[in-house]
Amino acid sequence: MTATAGERRKPKGRATALRAPFHALAQRIGLSGRGLVVAVPYFWLIAFFLLPFIIVAKISLSQMIIGRPPFTDFFVWSDAWLPEIQAYLDNYRWLLQDSLYWVAYLNSVKIALISTLFCLLIGYPMAYAIARAKPTVRTLLLLMVILPFWTSFLLRVYAWMGILRNTGVVNNTLTSLGILDQPIQMMNTDFSVYVGIVYTYLPFMILPLYATLEKLDGALLEAAEDLGAKPWKVFLTVTLPLSLPGIVAGSMLVFIPAVGEYVIPELLGGPDTLMIGRVLWDEFFSNRDWPVASAVTIVLILVLVIPLALFQRHQAKVQEREA
Amino acid sequence: MRGRTFFLYTALAFGLAFLYGPILSLVIYSFNASELVTVWAGFSTRWYGELLRDRQVLSAAWLSVRIAVVVATIAVTLGTLAGMALARHGRFLGRTFFTGLITGPLVMPDVIIGISLLLLFVTLAEAIGWPASRGMNTIIIAHATFCMAYVAVVVQSRLSGVDRSMEEAAMDLGARPVKVFFTITLPLIAPALIAGWLLSFTLSLDDLVIASFVSGPGSSTLPMVIFSKVRLGVEPTVNALATIIVGIVTFAVVVSGVLMHRAEKRRQADIQNAMREAGY
Repeated sequence: MTATAGERRKPKGRATALRAPFHALAQRIGLSGRGLVVAVPYFWLIAFFLLPFIIVAKISLSQMIIGRPPFTDFFVWSDAWLPEIQAYLDNYRWLLQDSLYWVAYLNSVKIALISTLFCLLIGYPMAYAIARAKPTVRTLLLLMVILPFWTSFLLRVYAWMGILRNTGVVNNTLTSLGILDQPIQMMNTDFSVYVGIVYTYLPFMILPLYATLEKLDGALLEAAEDLGAKPWKVFLTVTLPLSLPGIVAGSMLVFIPAVGEYVIPELLGGPDTLMIGRVLWDEFFSNRDWPVASAVTIVLILVLVIPLALFQRHQAKVQEREA
Repeated sequence: MRGRTFFLYTALAFGLAFLYGPILSLVIYSFNASELVTVWAGFSTRWYGELLRDRQVLSAAWLSVRIAVVVATIAVTLGTLAGMALARHGRFLGRTFFTGLITGPLVMPDVIIGISLLLLFVTLAEAIGWPASRGMNTIIIAHATFCMAYVAVVVQSRLSGVDRSMEEAAMDLGARPVKVFFTITLPLIAPALIAGWLLSFTLSLDDLVIASFVSGPGSSTLPMVIFSKVRLGVEPTVNALATIIVGIVTFAVVVSGVLMHRAEKRRQADIQNAMREAGY
């Protein structure tokens, strides 16, 4: 409302000879200054976030050829008025036939799920402790959780290479203390991948959990306790349900990127740690099969559709509450 | 009651130790004289010297910083517009869709964003001849796209905490929207803009996967160079680099934290003074 009020006043003595026609043109195509605020980021996101997916979908229906670009055309212009569409489902058939892809998808989801669960188990008490700390301490603790997030992700993954190696910190300490005769193989296993994911994504779990736990009404907890509920019962029936939005948001922030993780399985995992991000990377960079890589991408997006929708809904709710 | 508090603080202490242990180990072993990173052989700064003589690392770092500065500036501009649209524009055509476009890049796996943007650039180059070559320009566009989403969220949440009455008062007094934005809204959301800029800068500096997809020959960013080094195993110079980065980040976060805390205090004091003078 206020924006229109402001605009109505604008022409009063201010409309110069130059501005008037421009203003009229802008209004004709439906763009006021207010509209531009939306239009510019909208256009950018459609061009560089949405359009790419349409192109990936298109290329996933083509076939690999040797050439530039290394895939067949989607539209073939013959004599007719309309172009013929040349689409192949070969790549998707290939994904179904080769068990490598199935195993990789399932394994990625499994690893991401278990990592999310561990993030939740470690992150929940931390978020709860921060939310109940004194306000001055709280800011400091939050800062301490965020700080690692600001240092390089790649270097934090790399740090675990030095810790988990056979000659790494953990094995060296345990053998020198005489607890172990021989180093345990921790690097290049699924275990190191779990450690890497939980470690790098933990702040993403803690922050949304903290945001909901901080708003938790202490009176509700006191009421439940005064009425004689045991602490664990108060937690299960009051705290946990009320913090559910934070749990969902945090879990999605960990789960979705973890499914497509490439760096962690590549650096910490073994040669047999199959994750779809790695398969996609190899398909693209080593096999140079862009159509198959595109099909892998489209199927990965389909796998993530439900978690993505959950996350979107949470974000929309947060926005509504804030507005 | 006591037992629970004890449990919570123990969990917090262990959690923080888990977060900081590995970083600490990087820092400690960066001063190790031995080539075998994890065998201690006395204090030395030789890896720092070697790092500073590594031309490849230095030029990659310089490229990454230049990209990150441009990315952060574009992302703050676009992200502020998007955040304004979400927080101040009520309902507009395709709002839900717009929200989806903003939240998508926040969680979308890097490999998906990377491959889809590369295929977009390749298709565009075939169709309209732009971008003629891939490198700094394509990395900037790719990074700005996901960074603006983070900025939009930060700006939107700051805007929702800002009292709208000041903007409305200015409008009612006849200020044009652009003027209202620059004189009222912008100073109010400045902390969010600074946070968004720093966040974008870090995210851009940190990205390996997307840059690997959309960069061209001869434009290797710092993470790409680090990745090719550590892929082969543990590298002492990388420890030195990590220590430098951790030092810069800690310094920046502490300084900006103190500055923001002071600015906020001053703002609160100003408001109280104004209220007192107005007779409240």
